[in-house]
Amino acid sequence: MKAWLLRHAQVLVGSFGQLARTPIATALTLTVIGITLALPAGLVVAINNLDRLSTGFDRGGQISLFLKQDTNDAAAQKLAQQLRTRSGVAAVEYISREAALAEFRKHSGFGSALDALSGNPLPAVLVVRPEAGTSPAALETLRTALARQPGVELAELDLAWVKRLHALLELAERAVWLLAVLLAAAVLLIVGNTIRLAVLNRQTEIEVIQLVGGTPAFIRRPFLYAGWLQGLLGGLIAWLLVELGLLWLTGPVSDLAGLYGSPFGLEGLPFASGLALVASGGILGWLGSRLAVGWHLRRQSFR
Amino acid sequence: MATDSPMIEFTHVSMRYPLGAGSYYDALRAVSFTVQPGEMVFVTGHSGAGKSTLLRLLTLMERPSRGSIVVNRKNLERLPRRRLPYYRRELGIVFQDNKLLPDRTVYDNVALPLIAAGMDDREIPKRVRASLDLVGLLGKERQFPVVLSGGEQQRVGIARAVVHRPSLLIADEPTGNLDVELSTAIFDLFASLHRHGTTLLIATHDLRQVSRMEQRTLTLQRGELVRDTHA
Ligand SMILES: Nc1ncnc2c1ncn2[C@@H]1O[C@H](COP(=O)(O)OP(=O)(O)OP(=O)(O)O)[C@@H](O)[C@H]1O
Ligand SMILES: [Mg+2]
Repeated sequence: MKAWLLRHAQVLVGSFGQLARTPIATALTLTVIGITLALPAGLVVAINNLDRLSTGFDRGGQISLFLKQDTNDAAAQKLAQQLRTRSGVAAVEYISREAALAEFRKHSGFGSALDALSGNPLPAVLVVRPEAGTSPAALETLRTALARQPGVELAELDLAWVKRLHALLELAERAVWLLAVLLAAAVLLIVGNTIRLAVLNRQTEIEVIQLVGGTPAFIRRPFLYAGWLQGLLGGLIAWLLVELGLLWLTGPVSDLAGLYGSPFGLEGLPFASGLALVASGGILGWLGSRLAVGWHLRRQSFR
Repeated sequence: MATDSPMIEFTHVSMRYPLGAGSYYDALRAVSFTVQPGEMVFVTGHSGAGKSTLLRLLTLMERPSRGSIVVNRKNLERLPRRRLPYYRRELGIVFQDNKLLPDRTVYDNVALPLIAAGMDDREIPKRVRASLDLVGLLGKERQFPVVLSGGEQQRVGIARAVVHRPSLLIADEPTGNLDVELSTAIFDLFASLHRHGTTLLIATHDLRQVSRMEQRTLTLQRGELVRDTHA
């Protein structure tokens, strides 16, 4: 077991040396892999931040209580007063049926059409502003509770635009995953190609090792390590690029947030995700070289 | 019994190379012979007679079109692909162009078959030194092949071929690039391996050395075995 570990460590060191012997080619390859991996990682970070930002906006959501047609002014005022004392409620604004109609007349442009109606079709509305910092889930609970109040016909949480943003972000997230799959394939090809060239360069060596009884696994090993290392180092570069990008944006973003009195600050790649990025680089590199070497060995005239 | 079974047994072995457009070339035609363990056998013949082809069939770089080859009780035809590396570890192969790896030291070149076979790391230096001692190159471990003379390079190739103590040594024109003096040294080396019990099969043009060795000789002519001094 110890001998086995030692042997693998030797191969790993050998692969490292192999990469170090062609520093410029290696640096170019690693940078290309790094940029390729940084793209989806950076987009994920951007989407996560937008997501957080919009979650912050959720807290500004308001609940509109549409009152039953037969509710009179006094009853509505009383309900409003009652709700103001409720915990979790910051303010309640009463919009009478008349006020609602006047507003509608002003904004809709259907003024003359409304004149043709015999009565006022609009309900009275209580606009409830929850306390700042209420979570989306708590908002929903509050809405359900308010909907059950006597005299309330319908309670609506005004999150339409936030929902729309969420839907957009979800779409963007999917697009990023699609992009990530494509770019992962690109990394596979980049590593596969450099390993293919390395294999061609060491054609004689492979042939000799085959003739002295090296197994395919033994022949593959240094190439697999080289591919794995390239992917791993490329992943590290990607992580570095994302962090550098964030560093570059942090100042302007907090300045902007400050202007709006918001404590919002950019959130970077979580450490675990960074490690995952590096690990997936390693896995892609390993796979790419596995494909390249396997293909090459199968193609050989030896059997 | 192990000692009774032959080291090599060719039975009606033919090798037909396709030349394209439906034509082909018969490099070996129904060749049959047997080599016993411990024998030293030369294969001679004109250029193109099929010597290299015969050796390539033994090392399984190629498969015969017809006939059967048994080496060390293994029928090569039925050898599964995954057993091929293990079969080759029973052989030592010496090439005309020595096939040393230029970016590895003499030591690393000779150690290659042992490392490929996964031998214990503590055992390897002893074996490599013993093998280099055998070919008279002890002290050259740290050198790279390019700085060695042609004869020295060929001896490193032989050291690599015997380092794992193969039961059968196969050499294809091992002195093709060497002058008379160096050739003599190499053939003497083979003779000493022979005395130590290794079975050798050596393809060569060098009739002077062959007659000097006074060993069994197979002669090929256009793919046919036309003469066997032991038959
Ligand atoms: N892959 C191949 N395809 C077609 N013909 C081949 C192939 N390999 C060998 N031959 C032919 O088979 C014949 C025997 O070749 P081989 O290399 O065995 O000869 P040889 O006896 O080793 O010759 P030399 O002494 O020149 O090395 C030659 O005519 C050669 O052209
Ligand atoms: Mg030949």
